[in-house]
Order: sequence, then structure tokens, then C-alpha cells
Amino acid sequence: MGSSHLRPRTAMAIRARLGFVILLSLFFSATLSTALYEDQVGLADWHHKYIGKVKHAVFHTQKTGRKRVVVSTEENVVASLDLRTGFIFWRNVLGKNDHIDQVDIALGKYVVTLSSGGSILRAWNLPDGQMIWESTLPVSTLSKSSLYVLANMNVGKDNLILVFGGSSIHALSSMDGQIVWRKELSIDSLEIQQIFQPHDSDIINAVGFVGSSEFVVYQISYRTGEVMQQSKASFESGFCGEASLVFDNLVVALDASKSSLVSISFKNEVINFHQINLSDLVPDFSGKVTLLPLKFNGMLAIEIASSILLLRVKGANELEFVEKISHPFAFSDALPLSKEQQAFAILQHDESKIHFKVKSDNDLRNEILKETIQMDSQRGNIEKVFINNYIRTDRTHGFRFLVVMEDHSLLLIQQGEIVWSREDGLASIVDSTTSELPVEKEGVSVAEVEHNLFEWLKGHLLKLKGTLMLASPDEVAAIQAIRLKSSEKNKMTRDHNGFRKLIIVLTRAGKVLALHTGDGRVVWSVLLPALRRSETCGNPFALRVYQWQVPHHHAMHENPSVLVVGRCGHGFDAPGIFSIVDSYTGKVQNSLILEHSVSHIMPLPLTDSTEQRLHLIIDAKLQAHLYPKNSDSLKHFFNEMPNIYWYSVEVEKNKIKGYSLESKAELDTAEEYVFQAKELWSIIFPSESEKIAVTATRKMNEIVHTQAKVVADQDVMYKYVSKNILFVATVAPKAAGEIGSATPEEALLYAYLIDTVSGRILHRVCHQGAQGPVHAVVSENWVVYHYFNLRAHRYEMSVIEIYDQSRADNKDVWKLVLGKHNLTAPVSLYSRPDVMVKSQSYFFTHSVKSMAVTATAKGITSKQLLIGTIGDQVLALDKRFLDPRRSVNPTQSEKEEGIIPLTDSLPIVPQSYITHSLQVEGLRSMVTIPAKLESTTLVFSYGVDLFFTRIAPSRTYDSLTEDFSYALLLITIVVLVAAIFVTWALSEKKELKEKWR
Amino acid sequence: MTSKGFGASSKLLNAKIILNGGQNVTFVRADGYFTFHNVPAGTHLIEVAALGYFFSPVRVDISARFPGKIQAALTENRKALHELILEPLREEQYYEIREPFSIMSFLKSPMGLMMGFMLLVIFVMPKLVENMDPEEIRRAQEEMRTNFLPRSS
Repeated sequence: MGSSHLRPRTAMAIRARLGFVILLSLFFSATLSTALYEDQVGLADWHHKYIGKVKHAVFHTQKTGRKRVVVSTEENVVASLDLRTGFIFWRNVLGKNDHIDQVDIALGKYVVTLSSGGSILRAWNLPDGQMIWESTLPVSTLSKSSLYVLANMNVGKDNLILVFGGSSIHALSSMDGQIVWRKELSIDSLEIQQIFQPHDSDIINAVGFVGSSEFVVYQISYRTGEVMQQSKASFESGFCGEASLVFDNLVVALDASKSSLVSISFKNEVINFHQINLSDLVPDFSGKVTLLPLKFNGMLAIEIASSILLLRVKGANELEFVEKISHPFAFSDALPLSKEQQAFAILQHDESKIHFKVKSDNDLRNEILKETIQMDSQRGNIEKVFINNYIRTDRTHGFRFLVVMEDHSLLLIQQGEIVWSREDGLASIVDSTTSELPVEKEGVSVAEVEHNLFEWLKGHLLKLKGTLMLASPDEVAAIQAIRLKSSEKNKMTRDHNGFRKLIIVLTRAGKVLALHTGDGRVVWSVLLPALRRSETCGNPFALRVYQWQVPHHHAMHENPSVLVVGRCGHGFDAPGIFSIVDSYTGKVQNSLILEHSVSHIMPLPLTDSTEQRLHLIIDAKLQAHLYPKNSDSLKHFFNEMPNIYWYSVEVEKNKIKGYSLESKAELDTAEEYVFQAKELWSIIFPSESEKIAVTATRKMNEIVHTQAKVVADQDVMYKYVSKNILFVATVAPKAAGEIGSATPEEALLYAYLIDTVSGRILHRVCHQGAQGPVHAVVSENWVVYHYFNLRAHRYEMSVIEIYDQSRADNKDVWKLVLGKHNLTAPVSLYSRPDVMVKSQSYFFTHSVKSMAVTATAKGITSKQLLIGTIGDQVLALDKRFLDPRRSVNPTQSEKEEGIIPLTDSLPIVPQSYITHSLQVEGLRSMVTIPAKLESTTLVFSYGVDLFFTRIAPSRTYDSLTEDFSYALLLITIVVLVAAIFVTWALSEKKELKEKWR
Repeated sequence: MTSKGFGASSKLLNAKIILNGGQNVTFVRADGYFTFHNVPAGTHLIEVAALGYFFSPVRVDISARFPGKIQAALTENRKALHELILEPLREEQYYEIREPFSIMSFLKSPMGLMMGFMLLVIFVMPKLVENMDPEEIRRAQEEMRTNFLPRSS
């Protein structure tokens, strides 16, 4: 339990500053834990659920009742959404390597997902998402697998699900997932392209290519999997592997040179090839053709020279031009309207408008439906569309469109209007930073809460009733409503406690969004033009976001801004992207593609005269580029240049190198901002016995309040507080894999503390029989790391604390007075620092996904470790549990100091989950942000979901809690005043009596 | 490897079963069973993530020499499992429970103490003084006076 124990020194310091308030609040904090009461949920925290970028969608609208759409996403989520509101009915997040290949609905009640490269098939109950069955298929990983759910074919009451890939077909019962039959079409290099079922027959057809030039057709019995008929033919100029099934007996494929189309017709074991001449359709045709996947009978979509042609296939040798479409666009799959008729949608983007067209195969020249809607330009282009129809009251067909945009958002559009939208880009946050809100201007009215004294008192009386457990359920609800309604926390101005901030997040789609810490709403969002696919930058991706300008003194009138760094392509030598965005409005102030690559970004603790933070960008050639590029920043930088060191970790080469900077010899003006790295040291780990598993450093902006630690008996230990400590963990290469792949004898884990300026190894410790995954967090003078102990077969957490011994003698006041101290002794880089290291290890129950440590404004408050567990919860663990000075029987003075008796495992108290009864699905990272109030840390954790809360590791000793009952205080005062009057009256009376006696 | 999960319980709707810290993740079927396929011989770790319950991780040894031989033990308390049936060690309560109102808890609160002390001073102290012998009071006053005088030793 996080009792509010403070070390005497720190407590004194606060008391001096905060005087009365602290005493009062310490008084009122009756309970000792920092946990939450159930009715406090949602007061300081918010939780938003997302699913990620949708890959597939299947509508389920046939039956009356709930209309839903089942989706699978790039975050490995399968979810069922309410079609009316977009809310999540249920969702399941699969493992991180369990990518969903396809999703479908079987028997009208099961959602079927194919995942892990076609090797796992699962069925989920459609109403509630409970898993019904799971089947594993032996599939070669080389070929792509697909799913085909057969409809309307009854074998008993069961339908079969076909999974095909490579040369094998599996048929599974959709009732229980049992394999009904399996067919290995005994040709090695067969790639089955399509499986389809001609109408009302017991036979399924499979078509595919063997090698690069042979085309095969199989007719397979639906019930047994027996091959009824097989035919093949070869085509001399070969195929490239792309093909599109146009009719039940016609496939159009691309030839090996990708420059012409071949139609393949097959009927009764006869296969005919026809080369289709494209120059009839496109007069000045040259170059390459791409077949676009368009699952629509009798239609073909090809891309030639960046324009898309829709073609109608009339016969084996006859194509008809239908329409030309330009980028950006999206096609939907075919949607059967009736037995004979089917429809599909074409969406085209035109500036800020999207044109929707639905065509049916009866009349391809005209549209059934044509709509245009206005689209927010910050959503980017359309990427995918799924359509669904409904019957209007006049018996015509209406259509719904589920649209996936470039920023990963999901929208439902019906009758030319956006019915709902989901900001699902927030499921893939890459990095985040924070920004202060603007200062409240004078004259702006203060929130009109608490306008009426009577109302205010009534509210507090209600709260009092709540705390005393006297409130009825209705009143509890009223209390909750009052608390949540309080508009205070959602205001767009800075608050006194520093709770209200903007969290600026960068998503994988290249969108920057500002979230308000009050309720997590999106204040502004911008899809960065520099991070969008373009001619100059084909494959951009977002890297990091940093604070660029934080005006306090000089440029007060300017808005703060953030710097977004990206990269054009995935190679380390790809050119970098730079974008500066206004933190208040989301306006892009500056955007450029750099001439150099980005391999390392270093925000420096320096600002220029306009408060722009200096950043060094190190490229792949080890040149350092200074930003912002102005003479003022250069001036500031030159002053500090001899003090700038950095290091690089090369995991593949098992190397860590340290560098300093030197000016380039040739000083031409263009190169003025470019500096050369000078290698100072390197540490090479022996690759046969060690492999770098993880590295960790202190947060750059961490504040340490005191360098000394007062231990029992008024003794002092000096923390070795250095910004340049690097923690490195290496594991034995044999045990570098997952748990279960190595024996305890093979496994070794080394933990290093390295000074990154001198390259000196300050400490090294070996854990026998331990292996990764390793998670580590460094703060002040300590490291905590989490790893797996193979001998005990449990997870372990170790703490290393490092103390400076060279200052240990400076405790004697007399020595200081007489000048006999060693404070003036020369400090040299080459002398070995005199450090003392203490460490201890404990068992920990859970696997860990991520670790962080709380951060407060002045660093006075004691720290808590935040542990993101495998169950997607965040546990706050007091650092006092990870204190190497813990012993089994602490002495009296140690107990007074707050040392907890040693136990072999760390306690997991359910009340200290800061996520309480919520899960941050797919948890990836936790970010701690200090509030202005010293006691409080803001915690933002993100994964597929977002969760924000504020925690007080030593309780809120510097302010009254939300729970503080003003009514009780008032009542007490009133009662006391009344008592004074009563006793005064009584004493008067008594005195009078005395006098009469 | 096929493992038996816990008995059917509608509460554990979305329990996730995690093998080796996230290498494989599967879900519990409606009947409470779960399966991991293609797990090689060796020593593995199974964890259960179910909100509201605390499950101990389970160490599972799959014998390479005797195919099909599986041993399992809870890592928290080293209890061996004869069958691979996972049961929560305890339920987890994520919220503090409010103490019901009682006059004692009110009296123990700082306000109550303040009021109690006040009342004590107002009503009991005069009584104490009253009940004292006038002689005794005088003696006490005397003593006080002497105590304040500087000692000449």
C-alpha cells in the first residue's frame, strides 16, 4: 500500500513551502492507499476504445434486430460494430504475430477469421464474440492462403469452409471446425488462384497456375474432396501470376511480361488461350499493365499509366471499354442484389469531394445511385470501401458505404451523409508529446460552475452523504453526474495544477492529433502533407514527435509548436522528413524533405532566442545536422559543442560507440550547420556469448530533487546522478529467442551500466539462467529491469542503485569548514569513478509489455514504477518495493525510514492497477508527464486503446482531494461556533447564580 | 499440445491464454477449453489474462523423450497440477470499498476528534476543577510557582 510516508528531509521541504495545506490534507487522508473508489471512475481518467485500420468488413444486416458490421484490422483486431452508431459490440485482439488474413460470416451466426498466414481458423459467436472453435491447418508459409465460405450448400445442416493456399485445399465444418476433408493437389509449384462454386452444383472448381506457364482447372467434389476432373494447358509466353476470375468459365490473366492480357476459357477439359490486344482499347498503349482485384462478374479493372480502365468482358476475345477512372479511387466488391443482379461501387476523390457511384451488371453505362459528399480534407484519400444494401420503402435499393480513409478513420455513409465516423488512426500511435494550453486571458469569464451558494452546498452535502455511505442509488447517480459535468477539466486554458494539457500524438498514418487531457477529445488533427505518399516520397513513414518551440519568456505571443520527423522509405539512408506544426491550431508552419537521412535525433537542452529548441539530426553517414538553421542557434550551439556527446547502439553488429562532435574542416556556407562525428570509444560485445537485448537511459527532462539520500542513523549516501548512464542488457545468443527455446544452462543475462561520455563500464552483473525479453527503466541513480529466470521458471525484476563513494567523506561539517574536504580535488575523465552499487532481485508474476516510471515537477515525490502487464493492465508499484536495502528483518531505524521487510516476490495489489477494471488493449507504451502540482503525475498509456489518468505516488499531499468534504468542514465550524455561544450563555448564567448566592 | 482449460464459466468470457509471454495467444472456448498447436518439447509458460481474476502462471514441461507426457505446475506456489485445469487463485477487487457510515468512524475522523476534545474541555475540565479540594489547588499553584523559580544549585 502506498502509505504517505515521506522521508524526513523531503517532508520538511514541502512543509516549508506549502505550510498549512499539507498538514490539513495529511490529516484528512484517512485511508493509506492511493486506490480509487468505484464512484470515482471517470473523474480524472478516460479510456477510449479503438480497433485500428480496417482491412476487411462483412455486413450482417439480413435479420431483423441488431445490424452490425464485422471487421478485421491491421492491429489484429476482429470486432463487431453497431452499424447505426459505430460503437463496438465486441472485439478480440489477437496475438501480435497473428495477423488476420480474412474474415467472413458462416451459418449466419459465426464470425470466421483466418489468421497467421492461413494457418489458424477461428470461429467467434456473432452476438458476443465468444470463441466457438479453433483449428490449426498445416499450411506452407510461402503461399498466401484464402478463405472461402460456401453458402447455401447443405451437408446435413453444416456448411463447409474452404481454406486454400499453395497446392492444398482444406474443407472444415463450420459447426465445430473439424477438418472434413483435405486435398493435397500433388503438384509442387501449384498456386491456386481462385475457388468457386458454379450455381447449384456439388462441385467446386479450383483454378491455378503451375510454375509460370501452365494453367490448371480442377473440379472437386464438394462432399469428399475427390478430384472429379482435371485439365491443364500451357501457354508459351507464360504468366506473371496475376489473374482475375471473370466468369465461371473464364479467367483473365496477365502474361509474364505484364504487358498484355490473356483470356483463358475452360469448359469440359478444354482450355483455350486468347491474347487480348489492348491497343484496340487504348490507342497509344505502351508500358505495363496491372490487374486490379475487382470481384465482379464480367468486369475487369486494369491500370495503365496511372489511369484505371474498367472493361467489360463480353466473350473470350472481346472486351468493351466502360469507363476511365483516375486516382484516387476505390472499388467495392460485388454485392448480390438478387439472384441475377449484382452491384458494385466506385468511389472517386475529387479535391474535397467524394463521388459515389453504384453500378449494377444490368446496365454498366449508367448508375443505380450517384451521390457526392463533402469530406474533411484531413482524412486524406479513400483507401477502401465496402458496400451493403437495404430495401427502401419504395422497394428500391439503398446503399450504405463503409469507407476507410488514408488516416485510418472509418466512416459509414448513407444517403449522402456521414452517419458516423471513428478516428481509428489513434490505434496506431507512434509517438507522443505534450503541450501546455494557452493561459487564461483576463476578462474571459470563469466557468459558471458554483454560481449559486445554495446549489454548491447542496452538491457538497450530496457528496458527504456519498462518502458516509448514506446516499441512495439515485443520489449516487446524481453525485456521479455532478462530478462528470464539472466543465472545469475540459476547459481550453491552462489550469493552476497543470492537469489540463494537450497530448500531441503522431499516428502511423502520418496524422498528428491533439487530445485534451480532460476527456480525450480530439482538439485538432492534421494529416501531414509531408508524410503522405507522393511522387518524391513513395513510402513515407512517421518516426517521432518532439517539442519544437515552447515559449515562456521571450516569444510569449507565439504559439508553441511541435516537430514531426519522418523518413521517406524504410531504409536508414532514406531522406528525412521534417514538419513543424502549431500546437494550438494544428497548422503546418513548415514542412520539408531533408537532403540527408535520419538515423538518430537528439533534442538538445538549448534554445535559440525565439525559444526554438535546438535539435541535432545524425544521418547515416555520421554527420550531425543542426536545426533550426539560423545564426543565432549556431552561436548557442558553438558554446555548448564541446559538451555534446552521443552514442549509437548497433544491435546487429553488437556494438556501442560513443562520439563527440567536431566542425567540418571545409567551412563553406552550405555546410555551416553540418558537423562531423568523432568516434571516442566503442564497446564490442563478443557475438559468440552475448547479444544486445535492450538499452535504456534516463529521460532527458527528468528532474532530480536531491542528490543525497538520508539513510538510517542520520547517515548520508550520495546518489551517482548522471545524465549519461546507459543501461545495456545482453543475453546469450542461444537464449535470445522466446521462452521455452533454451535450457537454463544455455542462458545468461549480463546487465551493464555504461557511462556514455567515457565509455567506461561502471558496473556489470551476470544473471545465470536468465533470458529475455528484457524490459528496463532508468531513473535518478537506479535501473529496474525485468527478465525471465529459467531456473525458477518465473519472471524476475532486479534493481541496481549506484552511489558516488568519492563524496562519501564530505559529511563532516568540520572538514568542510576547515577546507579539508575533497570537493576541489581534480575530476578527470580518466580516473575511475569511485562508485558503490547495490542490487537486489525479486520474483514478479506477470509478463511485461512495457515499463515506465512516474515523473513529477520537482522530483520530490517518491516514485512509482508503472508496469504494463501482459493482460493489458497498468500496475503502479512503489519504488520502495524495489529497494536494494530491503532485508528480511529491518532494524528499528530502517523501519522508521520506511524500508519494507524483504519478500521473495513483488506484491500485486489489485487496487494499485491504475487502469482499475479497464484494459488498454494491445498496450504498447506508457508516458508520464509531470503536472504542476508536485504530488501528481499524468499517465498516458496507448496501444490499440488509449487510457489517461493522473496518479499521486505519495497521495495528494499538496492539495485537497476531490473527496474532501467541504460540507463536513462547514458543519463542524457551525457546530463549534454554536457550542461557543451555548457555553458562553451557560457560563453567564452560572456566574449570575454565583453572584446571587 | 491440447490443454484443458477451466470449467465453463460465463464470467470468463474474454479470457486470453498466453504462451511464453506473447509468442502465441489464444482464447477460451465457450466450454472452457483452450488449445495451443505445434508447441515443441521443452519448458513453457502459460499465463491467463482474465479481468477480475488472478491466475498464477503455469510452468508446462513437454517431454521430448516420451511424446505426450506433460507436466504442469503453478509457478506462484509451486503446486503441481495433475490435470491442466487452470483455476484463479483469487478474485481481484480493483476498487477500494467505502466503509459504511458508523458513529465510531466519524468520531475517529479529525473533525470528530476536534469536537470530542472541545466538549471534553468545556464540560469535563470545570467539573474536575470543581471536585478538587481547595487546599490541593492552592498546593498545586504553589508548586507551579516554585517550579518557575530559578534553581540555585
